[in-house]
Amino acid sequence: MPPRPLDARALAALAANPGCGRRALLDGAGVDKNALATALGSPAAFGQSQFAIVRGNSFEAKVKGDGGAELLRLVHAHLDAAAEPPGSGALVPDLTAAGPEGRAARTALALREATSAKDWTLLDHPMLALEVAGTPAYLEPDAVVVHPDGRWTVVEIKSFPMIDAAADAAKVGAAARQAAVYVLALERIAGKVAGAEVGHSVLLVCPKDFSNLPTAAAVDIRRERSVTRRQLDRLTRVEELAAALPEGLSFDPERPAEELAEAVSAVDAAYAPECLAACELAFHCRERARAADEVTALGRSVRGELGALTTVEEALAAAAGAGCAEDPTAAALHRAARLRAEALELAAALPRPHVPESPACPC
Amino acid sequence: MPLLSTLARLEAVRAGRAQPLATVRHRHLSDNPLVLVPLTTAGEAGAPLGALVGTDRNEPRVFVIPQPRDRDLRWAFLADLAVHVLAHIEAYADDVEPAERSETDPETGKRVKVETELCVDAPQLIVPSRAGIEYVRLLGRSMRFRRTAEEDPDNPYPAPSRVPLLGRWFTHLGERARVPGSSMLVSATDLLSRHWATGQSNLEDQHLGALLAWIDPPAGRSGAEAALRAELGRDEHGQLLCPPAGPATDPAFDNRLLAPAIARYDAARAALAAGPGDDDREVRTAERAVRRLVVDQMSSTWRATWEAIDLLRALPPGERAEERWTRDRWSYTGHRDRVRAGEPPQPRRDDAVTAAQKLATRETEQVRLDAQEALDDPLVMAGRRLAGEAFAGEVTGVVMEWTESKRPSPRPLVTVSTQDRPQLADGGAAKVYRSLDGRPQSAQFVRFEEDGQVVLRLLDKMGRGRDPEPGSVPEEGDRVCWTLFEHDARGGPKLPDPERTPWTHGGPPGSGAAVHLPDAVTDEDIL
Amino acid sequence: MTPVSAPAAFDPGAAAARATAAILHDTLHGTERGVVVDSPPGAGKSTLVVRASRELAAAGRRLMVVAQTNAQVDDLVLRLAAKDPELRVGRLHSSEGDSYDPALRELPSVTLSAKPGDLAELPITISTAAKWAYVKDVEPWQHAIVDEAYQMRSDALLAVAGLFERALFVGDPGQLDPFSVVGAEQWAGLSYDPSASAVSTLLAHNPQLPQHRLPVSWRLPATAAPLVSRAFYPYTQFRSGTGPGERKLSYGVASDGSGPDRVLDEAAEAGWGLLELPARHTPRTDPEAVGAVARVVRRALDRGAVTCDEQSSGPVALTADRIAVGTAHRDQAAAVRAALASLGVGGVTVDTANRLQGREYDLTVVLHPLSGRPDATAFHLETGRLCVLASRHRHACVVVARAGIAELLDDHPSTEPVQLGVTVKFPDGWEANHSVLAHLAEHRVSWRP
Repeated sequence: MPPRPLDARALAALAANPGCGRRALLDGAGVDKNALATALGSPAAFGQSQFAIVRGNSFEAKVKGDGGAELLRLVHAHLDAAAEPPGSGALVPDLTAAGPEGRAARTALALREATSAKDWTLLDHPMLALEVAGTPAYLEPDAVVVHPDGRWTVVEIKSFPMIDAAADAAKVGAAARQAAVYVLALERIAGKVAGAEVGHSVLLVCPKDFSNLPTAAAVDIRRERSVTRRQLDRLTRVEELAAALPEGLSFDPERPAEELAEAVSAVDAAYAPECLAACELAFHCRERARAADEVTALGRSVRGELGALTTVEEALAAAAGAGCAEDPTAAALHRAARLRAEALELAAALPRPHVPESPACPC
Repeated sequence: MPLLSTLARLEAVRAGRAQPLATVRHRHLSDNPLVLVPLTTAGEAGAPLGALVGTDRNEPRVFVIPQPRDRDLRWAFLADLAVHVLAHIEAYADDVEPAERSETDPETGKRVKVETELCVDAPQLIVPSRAGIEYVRLLGRSMRFRRTAEEDPDNPYPAPSRVPLLGRWFTHLGERARVPGSSMLVSATDLLSRHWATGQSNLEDQHLGALLAWIDPPAGRSGAEAALRAELGRDEHGQLLCPPAGPATDPAFDNRLLAPAIARYDAARAALAAGPGDDDREVRTAERAVRRLVVDQMSSTWRATWEAIDLLRALPPGERAEERWTRDRWSYTGHRDRVRAGEPPQPRRDDAVTAAQKLATRETEQVRLDAQEALDDPLVMAGRRLAGEAFAGEVTGVVMEWTESKRPSPRPLVTVSTQDRPQLADGGAAKVYRSLDGRPQSAQFVRFEEDGQVVLRLLDKMGRGRDPEPGSVPEEGDRVCWTLFEHDARGGPKLPDPERTPWTHGGPPGSGAAVHLPDAVTDEDIL
Repeated sequence: MTPVSAPAAFDPGAAAARATAAILHDTLHGTERGVVVDSPPGAGKSTLVVRASRELAAAGRRLMVVAQTNAQVDDLVLRLAAKDPELRVGRLHSSEGDSYDPALRELPSVTLSAKPGDLAELPITISTAAKWAYVKDVEPWQHAIVDEAYQMRSDALLAVAGLFERALFVGDPGQLDPFSVVGAEQWAGLSYDPSASAVSTLLAHNPQLPQHRLPVSWRLPATAAPLVSRAFYPYTQFRSGTGPGERKLSYGVASDGSGPDRVLDEAAEAGWGLLELPARHTPRTDPEAVGAVARVVRRALDRGAVTCDEQSSGPVALTADRIAVGTAHRDQAAAVRAALASLGVGGVTVDTANRLQGREYDLTVVLHPLSGRPDATAFHLETGRLCVLASRHRHACVVVARAGIAELLDDHPSTEPVQLGVTVKFPDGWEANHSVLAHLAEHRVSWRP
């Protein structure tokens, strides 16, 4: 199986759980986690509705229509109002080339030319290369706009709505983290281009209210950028991760499920329920975490509260009175258990009002 | 998460089924709730796909849009929904009782009592999940600024007459749902997870099917197994056995079943439009096919929501939940009056004073809710005791003392032996409260005895005489529970009128904010 | 945002005097209705408030002062009375009666009342924002001073802003932000978001207001100001009022070679010390870490710590009341108090960051908010919390922590939601934690009982 190159989604998923070695290795090695999860018997629940895809594509096409006039107008209005407004004939260079390397090289050239042209330029689906932990990643932002003063702005076009100038904060956050990766990739190119500078505010373009007319907001991504940069810098090189593994380990989805499960378990995971929304392998890791009786399966906050008690069994033993002398958490759990039992007993002793039998559900 | 809830979750893991987090029901449950199960179209804002609505679990009203992107069909859907839902909401409007309300007299500036009326009951809407509440809010926003043909004869796309009104009510319900302890618009998942702890995380509790599986697992199965099946189980065609509670649909359903069915409907309509005949049998067949699919997706959620209601009904009602419901009735009555007075729809965004007022109300209600739940439920009180915010124990001694004045009042010292560890500090003179026939009696913390017993001085509720009224002072051997928190919440100060918004907050809202322009309706409403 | 440069030419007294003069000029003679002053830790905020109050009163402007807590109000009244025993001050208090410091009753120039009408004629009236909010239908005051304005919520300012015509807003932007126990997301991005800080609303609506900052911290020693300034005030840097070596912490008894003694030596030398315990996930009230904190305090007292600084002519013995222990949670503070009591130590202040705001000590011992935690949460990462804990000391700060915090920070998921229209607050807690930790790592001593 050909390895899957790292993409922006995988890099953004990094943010959700940077401490997970399993995810780091599998992503770094280009393993198709979706196929792997299916082969392990815990397929991911991800998928995109074709309605959403169609709507997203048609909205993006509308935003970029007419030579990008509307998009450039939005960039001008939200991020560079002092500059000369873009004219009708803004530059939209052709970025087609063979293969991702070719397209990345073509994009770099177009950025250089646009910067020296000192005119509004729209790069539609440019290709950016970024080396992550020794592995090249290819990233494709929706658009990059070059301003007359040489500033480069990342544009993210999303199909969730901005209603009364507010949008779903979780989705905006995800878009900001994704854009931060593009900004980092652009900065590597801009470092070699005289007069170029990458803007730390990106433009988020969304449908306005309930229409499909575009509206936009500038999003300051300095914070996301600095976090992402630190995370990328400290990503262990895949070879180093792999070197610590037993010889001949394979994640080929064609292999039997038990073998795969064993191979996967050779790398430690840091499962938390948040993974379910971000990682294809999460249901498998959850099953393992539950089988190992880990309290993290109940949530990060539960683990935080239980301190040194890391399994359900240990925690319940503490509630029953074990280890109370030396561990304050154990003592608190024991007290909690006593209070809980007392309250339930008290409630059970109270007279219950008559509850009418509810009719049986016919379904 | 409080440690007591964590413990309940741990116990649920071991038991293989959910454990109680409450011993009484802390939310009002209407005898006749209106259940609303909406579905929406992926990728679109406010484009409903269908809904089941009704007060009779055996006979939901079914609304389905065969082509959700068609504006006319959407209007027709919303008009039907408005008729049906408004009938329920408005049914409570005319059954009133006399009541009193405090108002500020515009002339004297004093607080005076005003005779008014209060609806004796209010509607209750129950949706499956928290996302459903968000969706009611979204629909409210999408409808309330629409203009009907009567309001705006030149509008090329007038909304059906009841639609903007439904928008205003949905908006009101959506805002009310943000008030802690309110029950006019609630979700089944929130109601259930308030009362039971499962052996899974908070995040996973958002799945109604999985949550119910933990609370009431089918015979022979553990909660964990049943929840897993509800979350992930698929049939041979790759469809979920337990469709999501919505409003979002499962992508596999969209792609494999719904999209082809809608395409067939579109094709049939196109063929009919292209003529020659006017036989719409094909269209109706295609429409029925879409309807069957959508209803099939919604009906298990419909059943699950009613199952949740049954589970909650089996709990005895919390005593003070009714008092909070009265606040919901006030809220309902108030909005009824605003609608009747012909006031414009709620603005897009709150002005500074309204926002501050709402935040203050919610903070007050949160304090009230926390206190009332603890007073109604020993299990909740146990959590406050664990946190050092209350203590229970046995009275070991009472010493009568009096105030030093011409007419001495009783100020007895009460010693309480407790194993709890209240956060009282020597020299703090903190006040504590207990419930005496439903009313708070206060006492002052005096000191800890060397053996840890708590000495309190009773301050009130003992009558006017020199000797306390019978039953107002606890006796040796009585079990008592004192709280460090007050039993009722005090509202904050009155804020300035919006027209008197100070310069620090931008001054009075401009007249521009008062004009509620309708949302742009574009030709691209059909994509 | 210009960094202060050329250290040789820097005269802290002159710089502070220039800033104060400019502030008073804008306050007394400016044309704008408001003036905002940012005051980093220990930069003389209270001194400024007292001085501005007196000058406004002297200029015949009826003045109201808004503080956030009763303790702050009482403190201000006492300071004013000490500075000017003739100046008549009204202390407006709540009708509960016992909300003010009984010491105020002894002051002849101070009038106490729960009714604003009783105080209307006085040149200065002081109360909490909560009490001011109930004052209605009165002649507006000509001027107001709003103290701790960054810890005041926007809705609290809304309730009182109608009472004054002009105002001086003073506060520390680096301390803990105000918060709400219920969700307020629906107003995020609005200029008047009621849960935001009063200053952010004020400036969003009045961006032209003059903004000043006090450039010198008289509290923080030369060893601490650069780090605190860089980590928590990256765009408004400040300097210490004292130079290197002007403050000295030393001990009468030599080190016994134990971890607590070595970290105390390091802190005396460098102003900072990190006592690192072996990495472990622990309960919040980690008995070993709590014990270590208590041990450090006990040793500081046992070894006869002595301070020398610009305020005293000779060495002064470091007493228990000049030491504070800071924690993130109340139960941790309670555990430290118990541990200190069991070591026979009394008189040391032990409190959470929230309660240590605005306070000052010679030596602080901090239980790091992330010590022993399996996860970092937004609460533990909050910039203001760490800033408060790291900026209470005049001489030295010892931090006690489990190893592994850097890794914990690196593994922290960064999936924060982003609200459109909300100005990003800098510095970010995550980054500030990293920079403080990097600095502390240079003063690390490992635990050896």
